[in-house]
Amino acid sequence: MNALRVLVVDDELGMRLSVARALRDFRATIPHINTDYTFTVDQAETGEQALQLISATPPDLLLLDQKLPGISGLDVLESMNGASHDLLTIMITAYASIETAVAATKLGAFDFLSKPFTPAELKNAIRKASAQLVLMRQAKELQAEKRRVRFEFIRVLGHELKAPLNAVGGYLQIMQQGAAGNDPETRQQMIDRSLIRIEHMRKLIQDLLDMTRIEAGERRRELKEIDLREIAHRSIETMQPDADARNITIALHADQPITMHGDMTELEIVLNNLVSNAVKYNKDGGSVDVNLACENGTITITVTDTGIGMTEAEAESLFNDFVRIRNEKTRNILGSGLGLSIISKIADLYHGRATVRSQVDQGSTFTVELTQHPGEGIRDDRPNANSDVAERN
Amino acid sequence: MTSETPKQTGTVLLVDDDADFLLQQKILLEQAGFTVLTAESSKEAGPIAERENIDIAIVDLMMEDVDSGFALCYHIKQNKPNLPIIMVTGVQSETGIEFDAGTDEERSWVKADVMLTKPVRVEQLTAEIDRLMRIAQAQA
Repeated sequence: MNALRVLVVDDELGMRLSVARALRDFRATIPHINTDYTFTVDQAETGEQALQLISATPPDLLLLDQKLPGISGLDVLESMNGASHDLLTIMITAYASIETAVAATKLGAFDFLSKPFTPAELKNAIRKASAQLVLMRQAKELQAEKRRVRFEFIRVLGHELKAPLNAVGGYLQIMQQGAAGNDPETRQQMIDRSLIRIEHMRKLIQDLLDMTRIEAGERRRELKEIDLREIAHRSIETMQPDADARNITIALHADQPITMHGDMTELEIVLNNLVSNAVKYNKDGGSVDVNLACENGTITITVTDTGIGMTEAEAESLFNDFVRIRNEKTRNILGSGLGLSIISKIADLYHGRATVRSQVDQGSTFTVELTQHPGEGIRDDRPNANSDVAERN
Repeated sequence: MTSETPKQTGTVLLVDDDADFLLQQKILLEQAGFTVLTAESSKEAGPIAERENIDIAIVDLMMEDVDSGFALCYHIKQNKPNLPIIMVTGVQSETGIEFDAGTDEERSWVKADVMLTKPVRVEQLTAEIDRLMRIAQAQA
């Protein structure tokens, strides 16, 4: 059970005791998250004592009387303003004066209770303040989590970008210092490896650009009727040389045109990534089947390979950023670890989803479902005056 | 020709899952005169270390798992307690975690004789190989 600490500051013992009594068995349900909270009550007689307690054991809610023997309730609020406290204050005022209310609001009070108040009025104010406090803390946590994810992304990205540079730099240094002797074969090997790493880096940067554009919704989307078969044909053509080199056959299964309302570039990214993965992670002599189907307004793209497959645990995290399955079989396959994450983000734009079924050493089937006519709900950054200007500049 | 440093001899086992680091170190160590055997995983390295007559092993810490290098060192030392091992790691620059097998106690735990942090300069590597091989010979 979650509990919130309430500190009641009042010089009248009767008032403090009645607050403690009213909240003893009280439960507040926080809307949206449907969580119950109970309350523990601490007491302070004076403002000075309250400030001590606040810094020693900070409460979640502060019930603060304005009229106190030493410093006033407003003084307490003022002294608290310097430090960052994660609490909400409900002011108790004997005579509901506008001046006090305005001053207290300026100093950050959340609500007011005017004396005398009933237990029901107290509970109501506590319920409102608790909901505000808990939801506010959740929002803060979410924000912090977002920052953490972003930081982690940049950290991994930095590492992924540094690795190929280190490799190429290493080869160049060896050649510059003539440290490899004069064997032309060794020299050729070093140049070949450098070019492979540079190509890998280029692909990573391209994926990164695709991803950030999609995420930021910055890329101008051009939505029109598109035949997915044409895109699939082009993706297959692009991968054909790689497939031929390893004796892999690619087949497209679609009896009729599969038309949908979508953005050409986005759908190309989806099919290119799916087909290229199916070839890259296949076995020599394997096959790739690309299926396109449309039923009840849902487009289903399935790409099945006869490749190395993966375990259930590996499949689970596959659509996250920078997830690459690292094992003996994938060691020499270059990938940015962003392709599937991008597919999943594009599927989101079409109210769809991307999933995988796989068996180790048998192969994998990737399925992407998209809404055929995403309609009004689809995020569409149609040109407006501002972006027109930005574009021309 | 007298100014050239004398060629070193001996067989080195290099273990690293970074294919380029492996190739670069192999080229440099071969140029220095060593015979170099390579393995891209600790799984691959284990049998080589047992089978081949090697003088020293250079092992990357983070391979298949974060501690693959430690596990491999442990297995090598079990079979060949006197075989010197240099552990190479990029861990420090990547995670800020520091490893150093400076004291006897740490060495007994880590099972490597020296820890080097990437990027490793070849002079530093050959100097360490030289030193450790001489100690091993003196002990034999």
